[in-house]
Amino acid sequence: MKIFKRMAAGAVLALGLAGASGAEPLKVGFIYVGPVGDLGWSYQHDLGRQAIEAHFGDQVETSYVESVPEGSDAERVLTQMARSGTKLIFTTSFGYMDPTLNVAAKFPDVKFEHATGYKRADNVSTYSGRFYEGRTVLGHIAGHMTKTNTIGYIASYPIPEVVRGINSAYLAAKAVNPDVKFKIVWAFTWFDPGKEADAANALIEQGADVIMQHTDSPAAMTIAEGKGIYAFGQASDMMQFGPNARLSSIIDNWDPYYISRVQAVLDGTWVSTDTWDGIGAGMTGIGEFNKNIPDAVKASAAKLKDDLASGAVHSFTGPINKQDGSPWLAAGEIADDGTLLGMDFYVEGIEGELPK
Amino acid sequence: MFRLEARPQASKTWIVLTPILAVVATMFAGGLLFAALGKDPVASIQLIFWDPLFGEFAAMDRVDILKKAGPLILIALGLSIGFRAGIWNIGAEGQYIMGAICGAAVGLAFYPMEATFIFPLMVIAGALGGWAWAMIPAFLKNRFGTNEILVSLMLVYVAEHFLSQMSLGLLKNPEGRGFPGSRNLQQYASASNPELFPGTGMHWGVIAALVAVIAAYILMNRHLTGFQVRVTGESPRAAAFAGIIPRRIVVFCLGTSGALAGLAGLFEVSGPAGQISIDFNQGYGFTAIIVAFLGRLNPFGILLAGLLMGLTYIGGNLAEQAAGLPAAAIQAFQGMLLFFLLAFDLLSNYRIRRVRRRVVPQVTEPTASQETA
Repeated sequence: MKIFKRMAAGAVLALGLAGASGAEPLKVGFIYVGPVGDLGWSYQHDLGRQAIEAHFGDQVETSYVESVPEGSDAERVLTQMARSGTKLIFTTSFGYMDPTLNVAAKFPDVKFEHATGYKRADNVSTYSGRFYEGRTVLGHIAGHMTKTNTIGYIASYPIPEVVRGINSAYLAAKAVNPDVKFKIVWAFTWFDPGKEADAANALIEQGADVIMQHTDSPAAMTIAEGKGIYAFGQASDMMQFGPNARLSSIIDNWDPYYISRVQAVLDGTWVSTDTWDGIGAGMTGIGEFNKNIPDAVKASAAKLKDDLASGAVHSFTGPINKQDGSPWLAAGEIADDGTLLGMDFYVEGIEGELPK
Repeated sequence: MFRLEARPQASKTWIVLTPILAVVATMFAGGLLFAALGKDPVASIQLIFWDPLFGEFAAMDRVDILKKAGPLILIALGLSIGFRAGIWNIGAEGQYIMGAICGAAVGLAFYPMEATFIFPLMVIAGALGGWAWAMIPAFLKNRFGTNEILVSLMLVYVAEHFLSQMSLGLLKNPEGRGFPGSRNLQQYASASNPELFPGTGMHWGVIAALVAVIAAYILMNRHLTGFQVRVTGESPRAAAFAGIIPRRIVVFCLGTSGALAGLAGLFEVSGPAGQISIDFNQGYGFTAIIVAFLGRLNPFGILLAGLLMGLTYIGGNLAEQAAGLPAAAIQAFQGMLLFFLLAFDLLSNYRIRRVRRRVVPQVTEPTASQETA
């Protein structure tokens, strides 16, 4: 018993000292929908968390919970985080929207940042990347590189984010290669290496020699490397999975945003906002161009990227018709964000129907 | 030298002792695993098993344990009846999904009308949805002799596909800006399944689970149907002589487990989950198989096993967040629990005997030697 008492006294002393030694570190929490080792979506968010630690050092203390199912489990994990003194929580999947708002209502002094959602509150911000800008650059490269004029596209779910990506990639590919066709496979998953590999094989059998994807694993990249065709990295660079196959990649770069939001909390200037940044702000990154790409294409892709960053070019500039031939954007007209955020139609030229 | 000897009857003592031993062994092996990951094993185990029950925020965690255990218990009870009869319904996950979809669809059909009859109607639809889904393997087994393990399991994938179709199509929230998922039932009073007493976690699903525990106990121990189920499982030939019709048992067992799984789905979608979405199902139907065996297929055992499983989930999340343990380590930890249970299970059906080994005397040797080991 004596030993226990002594230990307890020691613990109290230690706590007292820690308390006296200056300001408490800001606790920052993250919940991820996948494993941090998915090398895609969740992995990139975790890099953002590590960037916070590297940037702020002792001023912050980060924690995360991975593979949290959307729904009541997310609500519980968020509650556990909030009550343990975490003051800023990043909820990094669309399905965390309602759980985030529910928990935010119970903990008004905790700040929440919800990725890809559209519901906000006084202590809930939303943020997302204009990844369609990246897909414009990738589509441009794909249109140049395909020899069969068939580009395979592994799509996840028919939500606006994914439909927008297909449309922007198609428009860019079509602009440089009028004969180009898109074959689209809906995998109905964000992360399932097995299904993604099946989809890639099915697309290759249908003649695709360039594969784009909106799912998170490098499975398709590995297959493309084996079959000697091309693919693009998704969410993370994925160069190591296909040194010859990987033409370029879309990289979700959350680091600058995460650092700025932590800084805002530390400064006491945090307010609820809605952020939708693209290549210009560095949230959407384009991976290094592969040596297999001809120099002329590299140059035109780099210019396209710069123009998108500066705003000189917009991914959706008219004239563009919808798939059924009805006009959407007149010549020179630029799509408004509202339509883009709710995009539920293919543009003219894409074959097949959106799953309903 | 040791030898395993079959017991004439399973040992009552060991049946009770093995789950406890399994938990202790899991704590020990789990501690080693956590230590190998560079975490403090005692603190990690404490986070998983102690803090959710007696820690600083135990009041909140206990509520979550109940919420998590409710559907597990409800599904496991249904499964255990079938398992006792040797009918292996592995597809409770699919029946859970179908129950949720049917129940939610009924509720959403009435939106935005408020009326007291809506929720009871949803409960019936949920049970029917799960029941109907389980009738497919039952029918195929009775009519064509198919294996219910395979059919019920494969139907899980069909149900998952149906779930994404519903979230993207028919049940999609018209005000959801094109995103998949239904309206949130928590925000529709007549169709929601809230906590009956705020802060206790007791929603209709938890109450249904508790009622089902007692009902299952009476059924299996005091009712003729339960007797028939047990006889069918223990001795199919004796059952045939007793005039028990195996097809009826198949329909009864799959139907009951399907209906209970469907109910669990309905209570979950209208309560804690709130909406039909692509990722609505979280594997309760599969985890319930572990719960059923952990609870020795006994209704009260299942109640305890469900609570224990709920505890490892809640504590597991705590340990992930507070101790930085990877999710995979927690899953491995839960897997160990079943592994040790099955391993120690040997002791209830077998006893370990120390035996003497004899070497048969060889013909060429004039003097036979005997040795003992």
